[in-house]
Amino acid sequence: MFEITPLLGFFEMSSTVWTYIFVTITFFIYIYIGWQSRVKETSEFYVAGGGVPAVANGAATAADWMSAASFLSMTGLIAASGYDGTVYLLGWTGGYVLLALLLAPYLRKFGQFTVPDFVGKRYYSETARIVAALCAVFVSITYVAGQMRGVGLVFSHFLKVPVEYGVVIGMVIVAFFAVLGGMKGITWTQVVQFFVLILAFLIPSIALSKMLTDSYIPQLGFVTGDIHDRVDALHAELGFKAYTEPFTNRSQLNVFLTMFALMAGTAGLPHVIVRFYTVANVRAARYSAGWALLFIALLYTAAPTMALFARYNLLSTLNGAKVVNIDEAENDDGEKTGQKIYHLASVGEDGTEKPIHWINTWQVTHLIEFDDKDGDGVISLKKDGDKYAEATIDKDILVLATPEVAGLPAWIVAIVATGGLAAALSTAAGLLLVISSSIAHDLYIHFVDPHASEAKRLTVARIMILLAIVVAGYFGIIKPGFIGEVVAFAFGLAAASFFPIVFLGIFDRRTNREGAICGMVVGILFTGGYILACKANVILPFLFSEPLITPMFAGWTEGGISPESIGAVGCALNFIVTLVVSRLTPAPPEEIQQLVDEVRIPRGSHAPEAHFDESDAEADNP
Amino acid sequence: MSSPQDEQPSAASARPNVAYWRANLLVIVIMMLIWAVVSFGCSVFFVEPLNAWHIGSLPLGFWFGHQGAMYVFVVLVFAYALIMDQLDKKYGVKE
Repeated sequence: MFEITPLLGFFEMSSTVWTYIFVTITFFIYIYIGWQSRVKETSEFYVAGGGVPAVANGAATAADWMSAASFLSMTGLIAASGYDGTVYLLGWTGGYVLLALLLAPYLRKFGQFTVPDFVGKRYYSETARIVAALCAVFVSITYVAGQMRGVGLVFSHFLKVPVEYGVVIGMVIVAFFAVLGGMKGITWTQVVQFFVLILAFLIPSIALSKMLTDSYIPQLGFVTGDIHDRVDALHAELGFKAYTEPFTNRSQLNVFLTMFALMAGTAGLPHVIVRFYTVANVRAARYSAGWALLFIALLYTAAPTMALFARYNLLSTLNGAKVVNIDEAENDDGEKTGQKIYHLASVGEDGTEKPIHWINTWQVTHLIEFDDKDGDGVISLKKDGDKYAEATIDKDILVLATPEVAGLPAWIVAIVATGGLAAALSTAAGLLLVISSSIAHDLYIHFVDPHASEAKRLTVARIMILLAIVVAGYFGIIKPGFIGEVVAFAFGLAAASFFPIVFLGIFDRRTNREGAICGMVVGILFTGGYILACKANVILPFLFSEPLITPMFAGWTEGGISPESIGAVGCALNFIVTLVVSRLTPAPPEEIQQLVDEVRIPRGSHAPEAHFDESDAEADNP
Repeated sequence: MSSPQDEQPSAASARPNVAYWRANLLVIVIMMLIWAVVSFGCSVFFVEPLNAWHIGSLPLGFWFGHQGAMYVFVVLVFAYALIMDQLDKKYGVKE
């Protein structure tokens, strides 16, 4: 089944053709669902009208939340960092425990449209609502930027265009999906996208597992096979530390802080929280969180196995490969561009040479580069600083490239590309909805034009989506880090702004308006400022040529607290500020304390409704 | 909130459903402890001593960080939903 030695060129052709076929079919399905569930009412646009079954909502949440970062980037990051990749694995799954136990059921009981709705109501303050809405926009745009990069990578690979063009193509497609259907269309499209992306990830994992460990279950092959011994042997040979050795590129404190930031961020992400408004009742919200985590764990337990297998394949294929010839890339007009394209052949143990085809397209788009520095005609992957001696490989392409590296059939290669798109599109759509609802529903409707008609509101929401896409596209093109890193920043921002005040809003009756506003402002400014300062030269390259600061607290931990970890510190700061300021200022009014008591019991949750003043024109949609 | 309450508690009287909330908090605390032990405990702070043991060919601490903890998380969330079903029934706050 997995034995294929295609003719030269035919392989690339066919995987591209397969990709076109799969992408066209799946897009057709997404568009059909989106069209079927067009919306005319805001309650449908924001929370799908309520009443989505728990399992379906679980699958939609999983697709919403498993982004290009989970699908494409995480495996590459884990493969590159070995044990230290645990921060992503546990950070992004452990956060669901926080979400399911501490937030989801109560927020569902509360029944609103958006997270700023909750903040505004619980903290009886329009200022709090504005701060929350701005935080939601800030967090979501950071997150979408990572997604756009992912979409761009996939398109760049199978359309053979530079990544920047890929990002632009992605922007157009995401805009189309998000603007059309709102939450109702997104929910059911995401259910389909979940199946696409999970199959796309599991099929190559299973194929690789069978090939390398003789077990059809990757999670078992991971434990029983000898691949990690072989990887460690290769690592030793090339001068890398053992794959399983902890704290090789992050200090222990940074591992802990990053993990915590990702967990609290998961529980505080507006686009994930909002999914729990779409189920029938509190009980459904609890189970829905369980289903979501189960579906997510399917991918997350397979990812580390895939990372290990991919690492092995990459090292064993490319290290010691012979340079067959070097030619220059040509542009569409047949002119030489001066870029060198290496043609390599792997040398088997018996001396047979096999040409390596898969590297060719990646080299054209600059995502893999070789440089035979010592000119001995052999590529060496020996450790050289934090890179390979004679190759540069973009971490984000690992999942897309692995099936080709392993020589799996063309249709599997195509499935992976389709899955990557499904992952990126579903998350981008959910995020854009949060951005548009924060601006249109929480800011525009409340403060600019409270009497806007239904049609006008939807128009405003849709315009906001388009603006958000343009901003996200810009960041997708300048690339402030690898997809996973950019997304980690978004989680850090969510951990520092939303998690503490939503949590305290439920569990601490005494937390009041002043505390929550101060906490949010301090948390997000501190975290955002730190990330910006550490990454100034990549985020705003036209203003800064150097980072403004190097990571601080180097006395506490080697290399200082990394920008990925700082969200945990911001989260702690937010907690402290909120608690202290709340105790120094008057208690919340009696009706708010009763509201908190009511949120704590499941009985009497109803369809989401708009909690507005009578002056507001919004009608309830029970 | 618009849901009608069976009895309107006066501001001075004891808060309603205190027992239910306490029971819920106890369940949450126990579960969060387990959560912290498998994630921050086994996978970060005690990873090195645990790596002395092996599961299959993998060091145990590494396995927790890359597999084991996630299985525990899934069980925790479903266990919480099931336990809360019982509590909701017991305290009569079921929907």
